[in-house]
Amino acid sequence: MRRNVIIKTVSRFLVPFIQVYALYVIVHGALGAGGGFQGGVVFAASFILMIIAFGLTCVRERFGYRWIVMLSALGITIYATIGLLCLIPGGNYLEYGSIEAALGIPHLHGYLIDAVEIGIGMTVMAIMTSIIYDMGDTGGESP
Amino acid sequence: MIESFYELFFARYNYWMAIILMLIGLYALIAKQNLVKKLIGLNIFQTAIFLFYISLGEVRGGTAPIYLPEGVDALYVNPLPHVLILTAIVVGVSVTAVGLSLIVRIHEEYGVIDEAGLLQELRRR
Amino acid sequence: MKLKALLAVAFIGIILFWAAGDLPAFGDPEAPATRYTGKLYVDLALSDIGVENIVAAILASYRGFDTLGEVVVIFTAGISVALLLRRGGRL
Repeated sequence: MRRNVIIKTVSRFLVPFIQVYALYVIVHGALGAGGGFQGGVVFAASFILMIIAFGLTCVRERFGYRWIVMLSALGITIYATIGLLCLIPGGNYLEYGSIEAALGIPHLHGYLIDAVEIGIGMTVMAIMTSIIYDMGDTGGESP
Repeated sequence: MIESFYELFFARYNYWMAIILMLIGLYALIAKQNLVKKLIGLNIFQTAIFLFYISLGEVRGGTAPIYLPEGVDALYVNPLPHVLILTAIVVGVSVTAVGLSLIVRIHEEYGVIDEAGLLQELRRR
Repeated sequence: MKLKALLAVAFIGIILFWAAGDLPAFGDPEAPATRYTGKLYVDLALSDIGVENIVAAILASYRGFDTLGEVVVIFTAGISVALLLRRGGRL
């Protein structure tokens, strides 16, 4: 569709607010409704809004394939590594109570759940953006 | 078997709605020839299953399964179906994404996305 | 062709409607799923984990292994779409 001035201006104004809301949904997953999956998809929706308004090549220059591959692998590595760290004080895999009992910091169980949700959010955001990059690819013709 | 008409129809209307959606999705999956319409039927079927499963965990007069502040006594709905359906929604999105990319490749290779035309093309080659 | 599909769907529909009479009523607090397992999670989540959102506590702590498999599923879907649709050998 033709790039309209109204669509460009409004989406350029809205995208930071959508991203802040997505970060809010990820981090407040333990206090209220929310979590990693929901926040990751809302974050990817901000990139899809930019693709609709400005075109695929313009967004792909700023957020290229290297970032997507690194972020998606990093998210799942965080989840698996925190699970492996729980083996050291003698607990089972992904048993956060063993780290909390060994270190003695209060509410560490909740903080570890938050860290795991951030990892999930990163992977979901990167994969959703990668899917829309591959499906919207026209091979150089105009969209 | 069935106590009364009230028990069957008015007390279990959520299962009836989920079953009707399931049948619509199943019909689209079986009977349509276009591959994209079959995928849409699969999505309708998945949504019907989610509705059926979450409505199993409802408690009359219950609120969302998030703890209210101390001192307030409340009845919470069953949180377990919500957790399982979160996983199932992500699986549904993944299946739809891979299915649609397979349809794009089929169209690039054979030129048709019709089921009957596709069988004809495969027999021709 | 369409008539056979319609007959099959109607047959499955009749069986499902007949089986719906055995399921618990909508909103029943004495349903088997809510009486044992749901009550267990609602009672124990605050003292075990200390997180207000029961759904997040189950998802990340009680059933954290399923969520790890979940993230691997979505990662695999992203890789599959990239393998199928990317051209030019740029992966």
